[in-house]
Amino acid sequence: MRRRDEREAPMSDAYEFPVDRTAILGFAAALGETNRIYWDEAYARATPLGVVIGSPTFAAASAHWNPWAGLRGVRQIPAPPPRPKQRAESGGEGAPRGGGSLARLLHGEQRFEYHQPMRAGMRLTVTSQPGKSWEKEGKRGGKLRFTETITEYRDERGELVVTATSVGIITEKAVEG
Amino acid sequence: MAANPRLRFDDLSVGESREAVLVENLTRTQIVQYAGASGDFNPIHHDEPFAKAAGYPSVFAHGMLSMGLTGRLLTDWLGDGVLRSFGVRFVRQVWPGDTLTGRASVRSLEARAGEGLVGLELVTTNQKGEPVVTGEATASLLRRA
Repeated sequence: MRRRDEREAPMSDAYEFPVDRTAILGFAAALGETNRIYWDEAYARATPLGVVIGSPTFAAASAHWNPWAGLRGVRQIPAPPPRPKQRAESGGEGAPRGGGSLARLLHGEQRFEYHQPMRAGMRLTVTSQPGKSWEKEGKRGGKLRFTETITEYRDERGELVVTATSVGIITEKAVEG
Repeated sequence: MAANPRLRFDDLSVGESREAVLVENLTRTQIVQYAGASGDFNPIHHDEPFAKAAGYPSVFAHGMLSMGLTGRLLTDWLGDGVLRSFGVRFVRQVWPGDTLTGRASVRSLEARAGEGLVGLELVTTNQKGEPVVTGEATASLLRRA
C-alpha cells in the first residue's frame, strides 16, 4: 500500500461520507439486526459508546456518496476515478479496468480494520488507493483478474476510523459455487 | 438479541464457540433491501433476467450481505464497538432460499494491561453445510478488575 504523506494536499478523489443515523438504521434493518445501538439514542447514551454507531460493515454504505461507485443502476464496471499522479507512477496497473459487464465482477475478499467506532454524526472523508493486482487461472470461471482496493475513512481531525481492503475479481464467464 | 455489554476477556477460553442461524430462507426482498441500504445496485443481485442472461440460475446475494450477517454473530456475542478487525473470503455464492448459519470460534487470547485481544475464526455455511464465508476477526475486551 502506498502511504499518503500527511503534508500532501487532499487527494482529488476524496469524498465526504456523513454518518447518518437513518442510513445506519436502514443498513441494520437490511441485515435483520435487532440491536438498538443502531437506532435508539436513549439506549446508546446508556452504553459506554454513548451514541448510535454503524454496524461492523456499515462503511460499505459510503457507496451512496462515492461519485465513482458506478453501481447505481448502470451495467458497466465503473472506470477508475482520475488519478493522474498514480497513473504516471504505476502505468495504470492495479486499478480496475472500466467497461466490462458487471455480471463478470465478483467480490472475492473484504477486510475491515477498526480504529474507532463509526459514530452517528461523524463527517468522514473517504479516500481509496489501488492495492495489489494479480491473475489466476480459475477452475470454473476461466481467467480471473484480482484487484485490491484500500479505502481509508478518516474523521474531521484526520484520524483513521476504518481501513477497508477489498478484493474484486473480474471473471471471463459466470462462476457458480 | 441484544449485545452483551458485560462480556469480559476473562469469560472466554480458547476453543469456545458460538453458532447462530443468521437468515432463514433468504428472500429476494432482503437482497433488494440490502442493495438499497448499501448503495450497491449491481443488477446481478436484483435483476433476474440480467442474471440469467449472464449465465446464472438466478440473482444471488451481495457478498457484503453475507459478511454483514456474519458480523451480527460477532456483535451479538462480544458486544458493540469492540471489534478491531474483521476479514472474510467469499467462497461460495448465496442464493435466494438459502439458510445461513454462522459459527465463530475463539482461536487465541492475548492478555494485555486492562484489556485482552481475542482472535476468532469464522465460518458461515448454507443449508447444505457448504461454507459461503470464511474469515477471521479480532476484538478487544475489557478484563475483570
